[in-house]
Amino acid sequence: MISVDGVTKEFGEFRALDDVSLDVQDGSLTALLGPSGSGKSTLLRVIAGLELPDAGRIVIAGEDATALPAQRRGIGFVFQHYAAFKHMTVRENVAFGLRIRKRPKAEVAAKVDELLGIVGLGGYQSRYPSQLSGGQRQRMALARALAIEPRVLLLDEPFGALDANVRADLRAWLRRLHDEVHVTTVLVTHDQEEAMDVADRIVVLNEGRIEQEGTPRELYERPANGFVMSFLGPVARLGEALVRPHDLRVTAEPRDGALEAMVERIVHLGFEVRAELQLADGAPLAVQLTRDDAVALELAPGDIVWVGHTVAPAEPETVAA
Amino acid sequence: MSVDRGVRLSLRTLVLGYLGVLLLVPVGLVLYRTFQHGLLPVWQSITTPAAVHAFWLTLEIALIAVPLNTIFGVIAALALVRGRFRGKVFVDAVIRLPFALSPVVIGLALLLVYGRGGWISLPFQVIFSVPGMVLATVFVSLPFVVLEVVPVLREVGDEQEQAAATLGATPWQAFWRITLPAIRWGIAYGVVLTTARAIGEFGAVSIVSGRIAGQTQTLTLLVEQRFQNFDLAGAYAASALLGVIAIATLLAMTLLKPRKDQG
Repeated sequence: MISVDGVTKEFGEFRALDDVSLDVQDGSLTALLGPSGSGKSTLLRVIAGLELPDAGRIVIAGEDATALPAQRRGIGFVFQHYAAFKHMTVRENVAFGLRIRKRPKAEVAAKVDELLGIVGLGGYQSRYPSQLSGGQRQRMALARALAIEPRVLLLDEPFGALDANVRADLRAWLRRLHDEVHVTTVLVTHDQEEAMDVADRIVVLNEGRIEQEGTPRELYERPANGFVMSFLGPVARLGEALVRPHDLRVTAEPRDGALEAMVERIVHLGFEVRAELQLADGAPLAVQLTRDDAVALELAPGDIVWVGHTVAPAEPETVAA
Repeated sequence: MSVDRGVRLSLRTLVLGYLGVLLLVPVGLVLYRTFQHGLLPVWQSITTPAAVHAFWLTLEIALIAVPLNTIFGVIAALALVRGRFRGKVFVDAVIRLPFALSPVVIGLALLLVYGRGGWISLPFQVIFSVPGMVLATVFVSLPFVVLEVVPVLREVGDEQEQAAATLGATPWQAFWRITLPAIRWGIAYGVVLTTARAIGEFGAVSIVSGRIAGQTQTLTLLVEQRFQNFDLAGAYAASALLGVIAIATLLAMTLLKPRKDQG
């Protein structure tokens, strides 16, 4: 387990982390999610030992690691821009940590072969990083980090520099890899979809503080505040409340709790239809409907409709703004 | 944008003409004059005891000054790029000072500091002897390695070193295995330029050496002495020897150019 205990970190006047405490369970895949400047990368680098906290403690597997230099923490770190050793071949890159540890040659060779197989770079051993694509470089960096059998794998926006389709592939691949290898993993991302897709726990950070942590579903369904809610998905404002656009129901007739609105525009997005409405007080509101519902309502610009929450058992989606 | 054919041709002619008149013709003429009467007189002229001594002394000074400036240059570049300290701009300017200052001034300054009645007196003789000449050479060739390595270090960044640290490397191991290989081409360029400067240095060395033939005479000083003594053929021969060293240095530099796939 990794425990972050009351960690504060400042860069000059800027407080990147403000009294942050967090426990990461063994074998979990945790995402640190937040906008840029929220402190998520700083938190990861403090755990890795690449930054020293101004206050607080880092405990890795029961051992106080706060003053331990990075090279003795037994962590694997993957950088956004790969940090590939450019003058070394793929094979030498992956073997680096084991060579530093002076492991026997045969053992190093076997381990490197195994890892290159796992990350799908078996045929690329003697290439240089400059001869690889971005996705291949990042897989090499992952193999390099895993070679030392780290207690914790830390990934700093690992897919941030990659094309969208490569990113989706690698994301699914990372999830499978984690299910196979079970190494405790902490991933930093600003992409809520990536966090929800890959992680089994999400920690939402904002302005150097933790806003909320929990499973993706908990965060989505019971966000602690408006920030978490709006960061985890699209939100619409209905009167005083924030609500997900797909949790709104539009009817032609007035009903309890529903507000009157005028249809401004209908956008057909295939299976979904987005209705852009204007409430009586002039505020805009986007509602997400299924195509069938939209057809049944025969919505057209200029129509007057009534919009309110879907009548769901309890309404955890509604959060005071 | 395409440049007119005529403009391109005349530009090319201008550049080649400029290089020809200022560089190729004089250097070519020196070589021509040197070998005008065949190889034998040249050989005799560069194998006199004074010439042989000057040759070895030149190499000796370079062999001391170049490693010193290489080690200093790498450390200074690391401090300038990675370090956070006050007065960085000032240090940067001081390192470039030998470029701005005339070598003669540097020689005079050394004379003032280490000469008889100077500020610093050491148990061995500095001025009018080899230690002073080494000092002068170190001084004039100081900036090359720093200036070549600084931009390379900036470009490489420190992420690879951080990666090495997370993989278990100590800062020392990270330096030897990651940083040094990453900046090796910058160092190589710097060493070549430092060597060329060290071998060709005249002004500062001329002042601190005292020009004692067979003792404190380098190749450049020998050329000057022979020229002053109306031994033109001898001066040309020694010049040709310097030219050969310069060409070898330039060749080394061209051969050292990093290959693209390993950049």
